[in-house]
Amino acid sequence: MEELTYLEEAVEKIGEIAANLGLDFFPMRFEICPAEVIYTFGAYGMPTRFSHWTFGKAYHKMKTQYDYNLSRIYELVINTNPCYAFLLEGNSLVQNKLVIAHVYGHSDFFKNNWHFKNTNRKMLETMSVHARRIDEFSFRYGKEKVEKFLDAVLSIEEHIDPFEGIIKEQSKKKKAKETKNPYADLWFETDVLKDEEEKEKKPVKDILGFIGNNSRYLEDWQREIIFMVREEMKYFWPQLKTKIMNEGWAAYWHIRIMRELDLDENESIEYAKLNAQILQPTRFGINPYLLGLKVFEDIEKRFGKEMIFEVREIDCDVTFLRNYLNEKLVEELDLYNFQKVGSEWRVTEKSWEKVRDNLVLSLNNCGFPYIEILDDDYGKNGELYLRHRYEGIELDIYYLERTLPYVYELWGKPVHLETVVDRKHVLFTFNGEKHLRKIIEGSGKY
Amino acid sequence: MGNCIISREDWSLHRKGELDKERHQEKVREAIKRNLPEILSDEAIIMSDGKKIIKVPIRSIEHYHFRYDFNKQKHTGQGSGGTKVGDVLGKESGSAKGDKGKGAGGLPGYDYYEAEVSLDELTEILLEDLELPHLKNKSKDKITHENYDFRDVRKKGLMGNIDRKKTVYEALKRNLLKNSENLYQITQDDLRFKTWDEVEKPESKAVVIAMMDSSGSMGPFEKYIARTFFFWLVKVLKLKYQNVEIIYLSHHTEAKEVTEKEFYTKGESGGTKCSSVYQLALDIIKQRYNPQQYNLYAFHFSDGDNLSSDNERCLQLVLELLKVCNLVGYGEIEGPYYYTATLKNEFKKITSPNFVLTSIKDKAGIYTALKAFLKKDG
Repeated sequence: MEELTYLEEAVEKIGEIAANLGLDFFPMRFEICPAEVIYTFGAYGMPTRFSHWTFGKAYHKMKTQYDYNLSRIYELVINTNPCYAFLLEGNSLVQNKLVIAHVYGHSDFFKNNWHFKNTNRKMLETMSVHARRIDEFSFRYGKEKVEKFLDAVLSIEEHIDPFEGIIKEQSKKKKAKETKNPYADLWFETDVLKDEEEKEKKPVKDILGFIGNNSRYLEDWQREIIFMVREEMKYFWPQLKTKIMNEGWAAYWHIRIMRELDLDENESIEYAKLNAQILQPTRFGINPYLLGLKVFEDIEKRFGKEMIFEVREIDCDVTFLRNYLNEKLVEELDLYNFQKVGSEWRVTEKSWEKVRDNLVLSLNNCGFPYIEILDDDYGKNGELYLRHRYEGIELDIYYLERTLPYVYELWGKPVHLETVVDRKHVLFTFNGEKHLRKIIEGSGKY
Repeated sequence: MGNCIISREDWSLHRKGELDKERHQEKVREAIKRNLPEILSDEAIIMSDGKKIIKVPIRSIEHYHFRYDFNKQKHTGQGSGGTKVGDVLGKESGSAKGDKGKGAGGLPGYDYYEAEVSLDELTEILLEDLELPHLKNKSKDKITHENYDFRDVRKKGLMGNIDRKKTVYEALKRNLLKNSENLYQITQDDLRFKTWDEVEKPESKAVVIAMMDSSGSMGPFEKYIARTFFFWLVKVLKLKYQNVEIIYLSHHTEAKEVTEKEFYTKGESGGTKCSSVYQLALDIIKQRYNPQQYNLYAFHFSDGDNLSSDNERCLQLVLELLKVCNLVGYGEIEGPYYYTATLKNEFKKITSPNFVLTSIKDKAGIYTALKAFLKKDG
């Protein structure tokens, strides 16, 4: 197979260049796949993930766009050790070289960025175990039942607390240091009580985990599904958090690496075209490849090469843009804020600080609304009280009222959500039969 | 380096995406079914003459999450230089489709799910709950038509119709019986010919007699209902019959045969005598459509405001129609005016199982009417 030999050569050569340039990546596994397979991975986030119709819908959409030549995923990388990358069958050699170079950048990022420190690098296997478990449940309890339950769980999958484990450990250490009495840990009983009290008062961000632990209406297999989905979301979280940085970093490196390769004239032209395509600005959003790349290049210019390696280690998109997106870049990249005015989408702000702040705000909590549990015994009736931490952007009420019944399904008792609509605090309730809405004074119960 | 491995595996059994896609499409079908009354009365579908694929809006197939209000959110974008405050990027959320593929995101607008279905598919879904109106004794409806069917093999025939396989087989058999594997000689006796039979094949034909009241009280809404009803009726009947013909009859105090266009557009005024149209239908059947050969479906839309002295005659004529038609239907569209003595009351006396009486109040009533008309055999 000639193609494979060419590719093997390219992979080896590019790996060498990448290492010489200072990249530190996991061992690599490249695999060539047909489009259907690549798009399955794209839609599911992982080749081995469990089945659900929402993934089928996403797959269908991606595949259709591919079939009509509207878009193309050239590559997929998976944050595992060894690091797996899937190349699209039918890519030309130059396309593949670019993709391979790009993938080395991702692998370096996965391995070195702080936010990936705690991710399960065996997720490929873990997810395949999950998928098999869910298949078993479908067989035992019925496909429809499991699907319906997954509908509910997936509707709040992003409401987890990715730092839960880390913060707990740190605060324990802190506590141990603070206490003067070296035998304090022997008095565990009082300590435990104090902890419990504290926990009750503190809002809980990990809605999924809390429900999995505390809902009285779930069967064991249902709890198991909740914790599997939660674990998978925890795995995806750092990727969502560093999308702009990660793509920018990979783009930065594929450009450098491609420069080192001896491309002939035709290859150079093909490469230039492809690169321009990848780095095209998008009017209704941000192209993470382009924005990330430009910010990294700017950091390098201002602070030197070492600095970009440091940034890729400690930052996430929010801090990356907050710290390094400056006036000159906003101007140069022609970034702007836009919003709906009447029936038109209009550019409303060009001031660099407003652009930066809006971008940072929109990336907060990976772009998901920040919602926490304030009370799990609201009205002394075991009802669940959620609060949306309003930061200036209102929730989609149509969606809100259709998501609450899912939470109800998981909790088994009436569910309330406090948020802000038109500057007023509003409490949305679903009691199992109907929706209620009421305006509450100040910040409601709390 | 040895640290990198490149491979190509056999993915032909990897069908997860396809399977889940099918499950999603199944859910789309379910959603379509749930929304059938609305979808069927969607003007866009009826108007899509000739277009095979239609888009059906389905809101219930979306998977909901807590999310921000896209329309109230401030977004950040990137121009290609020189963008100024006040520049218009697009209209409504639907036009925000600028970014394809790679990139931070196809921003999620308000997307109700649009399922693409073909008219045929929609008709099929429609039929899952319904059944085609039963034919009368089928043998009567058959018209014999000469058709050829090669289904016999004989020893004599035209050389052009020789069945090579069978002939060689015969030769082989004969030779083997003689313990010889020689195949060179094919004797006259080995020859086999394909022969045809003349078969009688029923060629099914159906005629829909569409009758509509065009008196002053029939407004655009009533006509729309009638039009939509006939659209689906013909679609469904076409699945059963090779040919479906529609005869359009319009009436006020007098009835006449009109073109499709006239049928839907022409408005007239004056009183109403429904018997005129029933009589015309009977005349046309007598002249042009022998009930022995045609499956006849007659359906009449009216607001029921008939000349009361005419009601008795209407009843008689409908009973006449029932003798020759597979089904006769009467749909009374309840307009803004209400009448105490409508034609409907008169027709309630009819007991024939081939007679269907429905009243339609709104667009969703079209589906109910179709269901009443195309209900399964009791």
